[in-house]
Amino acid sequence: MTNQAPTGRPRVSPAASGRPTETVLRASGLRMNYGSTEVLKGVDLTARRGEVIALLGPNGAGKTTTIEILEGFRRRSAGDVEVLGSDPEHGDEEWRSRLGVVLQSWRDHAAWRARDLLHHFGRFYAPHSRPGRVRPHDTDELLALVGLTEQAGQRVKTLSGGQRRRLDVAIGVVGRPEVLFLDEPTAGFDPKARRDFHDLVFRLADEEDTTILLTTHDLDEAEKLADRILLLAGGAIVADGSADQLAGLVARDSEVVWTADGTRHVHSTDNPARHVAELYAVHGDGITDLKITRPSLEDVYMAMVQRHERGDAESAAAHFGENR
Amino acid sequence: MNSTLNALRAGLSRGWIEFTLSFRSAQELFGYLYMPLLFLGMAIAFNSTGMADDEGHPIGAVVLSGGAAFFLVMLGVTTVLQVLANEREDGTLLRAKAVPRGLLGYTVGKSVHVAAMSVTAMALMVVPGLLFVDGFGFERWTDALILLWVCVLGMLALAPIGAIIGSFITNPRMGVTLAVLPTILIVMASGLMFPFEFMPDWVQVVGQILPVYWLGLGIRAAMLPDSYAALELAGSWQLPQVAGVLAVWALVGLVAAQWVLRRMARRESGSRVQAAREEAMKRA
Repeated sequence: MTNQAPTGRPRVSPAASGRPTETVLRASGLRMNYGSTEVLKGVDLTARRGEVIALLGPNGAGKTTTIEILEGFRRRSAGDVEVLGSDPEHGDEEWRSRLGVVLQSWRDHAAWRARDLLHHFGRFYAPHSRPGRVRPHDTDELLALVGLTEQAGQRVKTLSGGQRRRLDVAIGVVGRPEVLFLDEPTAGFDPKARRDFHDLVFRLADEEDTTILLTTHDLDEAEKLADRILLLAGGAIVADGSADQLAGLVARDSEVVWTADGTRHVHSTDNPARHVAELYAVHGDGITDLKITRPSLEDVYMAMVQRHERGDAESAAAHFGENR
Repeated sequence: MNSTLNALRAGLSRGWIEFTLSFRSAQELFGYLYMPLLFLGMAIAFNSTGMADDEGHPIGAVVLSGGAAFFLVMLGVTTVLQVLANEREDGTLLRAKAVPRGLLGYTVGKSVHVAAMSVTAMALMVVPGLLFVDGFGFERWTDALILLWVCVLGMLALAPIGAIIGSFITNPRMGVTLAVLPTILIVMASGLMFPFEFMPDWVQVVGQILPVYWLGLGIRAAMLPDSYAALELAGSWQLPQVAGVLAVWALVGLVAAQWVLRRMARRESGSRVQAAREEAMKRA
């Protein structure tokens, strides 16, 4: 991790702009068993309109299961779930038209041209167009938005991995979804593709008021994209908050590194600002290469997952509940 | 705009796009058309040698009408099951499920694709057959109508069977191989390649329960001279029975397929496709 402050993305919260903070996604006591294996042991989560939420957690924690239940692709064992006012298990086609699901392409539609495929899936949304939310997206505009204008006439099988993922994203958002689900959207992206993808997510959330729930293993990405981070471990949400709030969860000091009189120093403190002020008072301009490293999301993640693995995830969650 | 009608239209154009894409892949095109061409070649070869059965009927025409029925069975059952098993595995079906009325569009698209391909292949056999194979042709214009309804009803009876089997196959390559063998056995036992009367009694009973025998009989009724009817079991073309049996299979099949396909589609999810992908990678 870098010394970058985990500030998240700068944007006006819906509350501040006067829009109602409508809850569009809610799960409570969500449980899922596969045979005798309990994958989800009571997941509670909510998301408001226009919120970007990152779901983090170790492999096998149930991230994909959670998303698939919310998408209406998987039946839960127990609990209450509501997405856009409907139970996903009984969502009708009108409800389906308001969701976007980004799927991982493999070799499906290999012979189709990229533009034809996007246009084809867009057509299904036309009857669900509303004033203020015209469906579907214009095919060529959307291709331009994901940077595939030059590949429009190319067959899907000739696209590179990153181009194919961007086409997947385009297909996922072609119906101007109100809620968008992305399961590891940037796996295998190069840095440029990743940056472009992040810009696209911001646009969707800010301009289209899309609520976005994504899973990722990339903590930097979660920090950059998400308004709120949910940490799923041991079948339950063990942490829920902004990257900053999460950083406050682990008692870990910031690290101050500086060079004075040609010697490099490292000091751990819970109050880096005061320490820096004191340094300047003592050394003045003799200080160079000053760097403050705050506890990173990775530190929080590792600490929380370890705490869970030791078996006190519940106390960890409870502890966070008090702080909130 | 009505969303059902809209999905039907999207499905129609999907079917047309897939049909045209079939002609861009030499491998796919060969898969669809080698059988029609093979039977056409055999019929023309038999015809040129003047081979005939004991009663003097040239057998080229019999081979070609049997080949046409054989092809429709392979297209309706094995191609449909193969495509369905593959497209479940590769996520095509899941994509359809993720858009509103997408499964309707997918089903319509698939039907259009298979129908257009069967028309193409039938034309490839029937048109040269009319010109070059003695005894193969329409004695009157109503025979052409018979060919039409027999083929349509036959595909409606067969495709649901393919779709149902395809819903149960988890490993496409393995499953398709296993499904082709019984299909060919049924074709053999249904009098498409050898005269039905040579079969043991119990095979004849089973054959007359299955739709394949009746499809073959219907196509012979349309394409062969009326004098050939004497060679059939009942000594006639039995067209009402052809229509009846095929219609019952179509009706039962469509109802059952709808149920099975819905059940299968409900279970599709990203992680299932991902698991199938990992399985396939291991096999590769």
